[in-house]
Amino acid sequence: MSSLFTRDEPFAPPSPADFDLPAVFGGSGHFTFLGQEQVAGVTKPMLQIVLAAVLVFILFYVASRRRAMVPGKVQFIGEEAYGFVRNSMGRDIIGSHDFQRFVPYLFTLFFFVLFNNFMATIPFIQFPTFSRSGMVYSLAIMSWIVYNAVGIHKHGFVGYFKLQSVPAGVSGVILILLVPLEFMSNILVRPFTLALRLFANMFAGHLLLILFALGGEYILETQPLGYAPVGVLAWVLFIAVAILEVLIQFLQAYVFVLLNAMYIQGALVDEH
Amino acid sequence: MDGNLNMIGYGLAAIGPGIGIGLIFAAYISGVARQPEAQSRLQSIAILGFALAEALAIIGIALAFVL
Repeated sequence: MSSLFTRDEPFAPPSPADFDLPAVFGGSGHFTFLGQEQVAGVTKPMLQIVLAAVLVFILFYVASRRRAMVPGKVQFIGEEAYGFVRNSMGRDIIGSHDFQRFVPYLFTLFFFVLFNNFMATIPFIQFPTFSRSGMVYSLAIMSWIVYNAVGIHKHGFVGYFKLQSVPAGVSGVILILLVPLEFMSNILVRPFTLALRLFANMFAGHLLLILFALGGEYILETQPLGYAPVGVLAWVLFIAVAILEVLIQFLQAYVFVLLNAMYIQGALVDEH
Repeated sequence: MDGNLNMIGYGLAAIGPGIGIGLIFAAYISGVARQPEAQSRLQSIAILGFALAEALAIIGIALAFVL
């Protein structure tokens, strides 16, 4: 067994550089984008994001291919999953009048995000796709376009911005204070918090796992034998945190889609 | 072992959202305990409040790495 550490080497804690994976294909060329040096190649998260899309498609294609009155196992899973998104995120949030046309978007988004998050736990993959922030920004831009377009389509351009930036039941001088704030928070900052929430949770979770795994290994391999229980404890904590991560991965996919639904509902709501 | 003062600062900054999230779910739990049939309505409100409070912690961790 090859050792990662030598006895006198100081412990190097994991850093954001650990997320810069080498390219799987290509990777010889470089280019500059937005002032940052980029590698021209296909990396692991790019493959994962395609894999997740294919997996979601296959699962629900198989689930809906042979529809029967009495559902089989796969069809039952598909129906339960669809019902969960449709009822708890579509109908309860957007409201029974409008929700049906947004269910395909919410449903696809939820399972796409969920599968990508689970990539962090699936053995031999074990890298969260959305710990690369660019992947999440594209999703956030898409949801920003969706809820703004829906609102402008329903209320018109002026009516929509009035709805989003003028809070109901406020008048006078307070409006001068509140209108810029509401505009900032509802139009400008939303896509950033939406993207950063998912990204930072996946990033921090993976960083924590790296820390426990490397720290435990460092203690076991370089420290005197008396410290060994601490290293074992770090590995036990690694397993505990990995299980907690599965919960967080589900919760973040849920929150991401729930917030999408809430933004759509906020754009569709009638003026008071 | 090298450290970074940013991480201590982030730890301190995370106290606020931590207390906030605790208060949100405490209120949610006691609300559901008093009126179990209101759970589905309270749940989305609680998750929204949780997401807003958590945004502070997330901005903190982003700044801890950036600054």
